[in-house]
Amino acid sequence: MIWEFNFAMFLFLVICAIAAITVRNLLSAVVIFAAYSLIMAVLWAEMNAVDVAFTEAAVGAGITTVLFIAVVSRTTRRSKD
Amino acid sequence: MKEDVVIRTVTRMIVPFIQLFGLYVILHGASSAGGGFQGGVIFASAFILYGIAFGITEARKRIYEKITTVAASLGVYIFAGIGLLAILFGGNFLGYSALPLPLPGPEIRGLMAEFVEIGIGITVMAVMTSIFYDMASKEEVE
Amino acid sequence: MRKWALFAVIVVGALLLWAEGDIPPFGDPDTPANTYVAQYYIENAYEDADMANIVTVILTDYRSYDTLGEATVIFTAGMSLLLLLRRGGRL
Repeated sequence: MIWEFNFAMFLFLVICAIAAITVRNLLSAVVIFAAYSLIMAVLWAEMNAVDVAFTEAAVGAGITTVLFIAVVSRTTRRSKD
Repeated sequence: MKEDVVIRTVTRMIVPFIQLFGLYVILHGASSAGGGFQGGVIFASAFILYGIAFGITEARKRIYEKITTVAASLGVYIFAGIGLLAILFGGNFLGYSALPLPLPGPEIRGLMAEFVEIGIGITVMAVMTSIFYDMASKEEVE
Repeated sequence: MRKWALFAVIVVGALLLWAEGDIPPFGDPDTPANTYVAQYYIENAYEDADMANIVTVILTDYRSYDTLGEATVIFTAGMSLLLLLRRGGRL
């Protein structure tokens, strides 16, 4: 547990979370969400929860991004609100 | 789908390695990080990569939708079937050590846990591939 | 409407920050979560199921009923998407 590293990671996590819901372009939101998942995976690995980190990296940053991009490519790319 | 030689060649080279890594993660979950869910997702990502590079219709010829549908239920059947076998041999539901194998009890539990992981891996792989097929296919809904 | 949403977010966030003081420190061995069954798992997982990874032992042996439910949830998600999106009589 390195205090500065944790602080920086949590800061990036909050920034990514806010950016993912405020950005207008849905494709950008999906990519930011993948970055969020990756930071979350780093945090899990740093908390010695290696299995959870593995799941987060495989499911959150991998499959979910691909499925979201598939849905965005089938529907619209701009968010309404 | 635009023809791109680099993407297609790299995909054709890298897909077997992704599948091998998925199998490794499923089967090595007993002694290191990993397990059925992660390995199944990694295994499915190989098919998804193939579908992105070569198009969905080409990927459907490699792993049919019928196969994904059957495999999705097959994994859950393997899992629940092992549990029901334990009931048939006089144990609790999913109490693996009741199975009559010529092994000491802990080793039976370890072996059956491996089979359970394989079942979860089959289900997750099939479901993720099937979801990708359903969401990314361009054909119009009537 | 947006004002009320912001108000709800601020109130819930303040409540969570207030409740955060009751969370035990990270890695404390005397919390209820670490003293009840976790001790048993750590001591007996390898002898019980002959696997080195405690997480896998808990997932597939001690708590296998939960894992069966998880697999069923994923299966149900796939099947419902199949029924909603796949048309034309193909299975």
